[in-house]
Amino acid sequence: MSDNITNILVVGVGGQGVMTATEILAEAAIALGHDVKKTEVAGMAQRGGVVSSHLRFGPKVLSPQIAPGSADILLAFEAAEGMRWRHMMRPDALALINTGNLAPPVVELGLFEYPADPVGEMRKSGARVFAFDASAIANGLGDIRLGNTVMLGAIADHLPFSAEALERCVLQRFARKGEKVIEMNRQAFAAGRAAAAEAQRTQDVREAVSA
Amino acid sequence: MAAVMPAPAQSRLLMSGNEAVARAVWESGVKVAAAYPGTPATEMLEVISTYPDLYSEWSVNEKTSLEVAFGAAMAGSRAFCAMKHVGLNVASDALMTLTLTGVAGGLVIAVADDVGLSSSQNEQDSRFWGRFAHVPVLEPADSQEAYEYTKLAYALSERFQTVVILRMTTRICHVKALVTVGERVAHVGAGFQKDPARWVMVPGAAQKRIPLMFQREAELRAEAEVSALNFVEAGSDRRVGFVTSGPAYMHVKEAFPEAPVLKLGLSYPAPFEKIRAFAATVDNCVVVEEVEPLLETELKAQGIRLAGKDLLPRSGELSPPVLKPAVGRLLGEAVAEPEQKPARAVAPLPVFPRPPTMCVACPHLGVYYTLSQLRNITISGDIGCYTLGFGHPWNALDACISMGASMGMALGLDKGRGESDKDKKIVAVIGDSTFLHMGMQGLLDIVYNKGNVTVLLLDNRAVGMTGGQDNPGNGRDIHGEEAPRVDFAKLVKALGVKDERVHVVNPYELPTLFKTLRDETKIPEPSVIITNQPCVLIQDYHKLKPFTVIDDKCTGCGNCLDTGCPAIHVTKRDSVVKPSGKTVDLAFVRIESSVCTGCGLCVQPCAPDAIVHADKVIQIKALQRH
Repeated sequence: MSDNITNILVVGVGGQGVMTATEILAEAAIALGHDVKKTEVAGMAQRGGVVSSHLRFGPKVLSPQIAPGSADILLAFEAAEGMRWRHMMRPDALALINTGNLAPPVVELGLFEYPADPVGEMRKSGARVFAFDASAIANGLGDIRLGNTVMLGAIADHLPFSAEALERCVLQRFARKGEKVIEMNRQAFAAGRAAAAEAQRTQDVREAVSA
Repeated sequence: MAAVMPAPAQSRLLMSGNEAVARAVWESGVKVAAAYPGTPATEMLEVISTYPDLYSEWSVNEKTSLEVAFGAAMAGSRAFCAMKHVGLNVASDALMTLTLTGVAGGLVIAVADDVGLSSSQNEQDSRFWGRFAHVPVLEPADSQEAYEYTKLAYALSERFQTVVILRMTTRICHVKALVTVGERVAHVGAGFQKDPARWVMVPGAAQKRIPLMFQREAELRAEAEVSALNFVEAGSDRRVGFVTSGPAYMHVKEAFPEAPVLKLGLSYPAPFEKIRAFAATVDNCVVVEEVEPLLETELKAQGIRLAGKDLLPRSGELSPPVLKPAVGRLLGEAVAEPEQKPARAVAPLPVFPRPPTMCVACPHLGVYYTLSQLRNITISGDIGCYTLGFGHPWNALDACISMGASMGMALGLDKGRGESDKDKKIVAVIGDSTFLHMGMQGLLDIVYNKGNVTVLLLDNRAVGMTGGQDNPGNGRDIHGEEAPRVDFAKLVKALGVKDERVHVVNPYELPTLFKTLRDETKIPEPSVIITNQPCVLIQDYHKLKPFTVIDDKCTGCGNCLDTGCPAIHVTKRDSVVKPSGKTVDLAFVRIESSVCTGCGLCVQPCAPDAIVHADKVIQIKALQRH
């Protein structure tokens, strides 16, 4: 984390809950006494377009935008979107990636190709990547909309504050929605955390072998 | 919608600039607030509408919103209106006269410039309007300042009896930062005081107001020289000093923490003497402003030696990585590209584009699908979700410039036909809210001047693109409460379209839509086809049973993909050689049933009847198992 500022870039496709997830991360940072700025390009975002949400926190935050090459963590809700924003990361920064693919109509129409191996491309560029299918985990728990809680669980052990602090903020969001919804989110958070840990273990083995 | 209790004073809240302005408007005792939705300004009125104790409305356009706010300010109440940059062009007709009358109660216009073009048809610098209208411009740099400056704007507005422009940009409107809020202060309006010499701007009266306007401007310039909003932050590295305003200030502070900075909060009229004195204390003075070299030009005309857009980009957002190398070059430093901090930069990886799309089951899909099937047609478009019809797979939009312009352009395309397009059918496409905003006049012009234009009025009962806000077309007001609903068929008939040339069509019924459109474009007189199904993102929309594809039946014709529905995905591609020797590409599909709402559009062009309701398939499979 540079200059005592933590830069987290959350990316995905309009409708995936990218902005909500970033807002929860921001709430957690505020609860721990940080100054926070959060921004995104919204506008047409909900129409299936590219969404990127910038979160910066630390003792005092000035510019709201993360400069290219200075994101500490990239949280990508969609694999190709992870690739799209790779240049925003510090060269060796951590990327947490949902491998669940969402192809846009221009790909379905055959005008462009979806990359064959987005995660592999990112690793080739030097990024440390923990990848797993968060969409499948969310579907398995009964609701695709749990995907952003799964992703928040995944990032939980890589923040300059405790996973429990983030989990509290996640569950706070659903406080009024009843015990069942809270419990589903608790499970989604835990599943995301476990998936990231497993992805890290696999990656560590991979790195050890290649070293 | 029930008003929420606002957070208590001294709360520290994570607020966007828009939310911060809304809070300050409420705290300032504003009585009337009006706007037409437009990104990045929309949330100001959305949030204001949730506060108790003030009147708020969605107006039909920005000019109207300013007129409503002005009326309240004339009556001595505090008033507010918000708009995006292009909205001020619409409202400018009213603005250019209120600059003469001035106001009684405080009147603030928050203008949100879309610096970097996140969702607009142009990038323009609204600070020009301050110069043009001779009214003060305040430029906050973040949410806390947006909140504070709004309150200061009311004090300034009442002290100088002038409208004040609060100039916002995307990176204030849509940046969330911590704001410490205060308490609401009641403001009691004096009521309207008759004074025709002031409020009735006929030439004789207006002429007398012009000297007063210039006197006010001079007083405001003197105020800018002493205002605490324009302050110097001393720095230890005096090689370069910066004159800056708005979010550019934050980028300067981050990029050059040791440099002296003169920050302008009240940026128009500019405090020339303060800036001249500041420039004398540094080796080089650089003006950092988004986006035009406005201040720079004024300061150079004052004989102040400085740099600006000769170093910095003329459009788009500024940021530390943009500023650092530019200033480095000024100082003759070896500039590492891009900036020094990352040990090595990573080049962007190539990825397909992901342009915004229309939603699953959007009622506009059927319209653009149908338009894409017609030949020999020119389509004049407008501002809204349906502008996306220019993209794949429809490619069915030939022009689009500004709100409500589709019909005027269509009439021009008709009257200005050349030999090559003498037989072209001219269609204008416009949405319900856009039609009410500025479209009615265009249709009237077509009727009055006997244009040969077919108008498609896409009534989806919402301001769709900005998030589905209410308007007179859906019978709900800003609070979601019942309101009179305009009858578009009657309205267009009242504008002179013949009864038999007005059709109301369900856009999901493709054969009817196609036939109506084909027939009406053949008839050489104005016709209006109104589509009548709601936006899928609003409460009026009701989902139906989802569809699925029977794999064995799908022949890969790909007709369903031509509707552009994002719920349809290709599972396999192939190509076959026909007996004629022609190669045909095949695309076998599936429907994402979890997001399909059962609109039935894709069923209609499906040649082999391979698309059926999902639950039927489950039943069939269940039967086969037993």
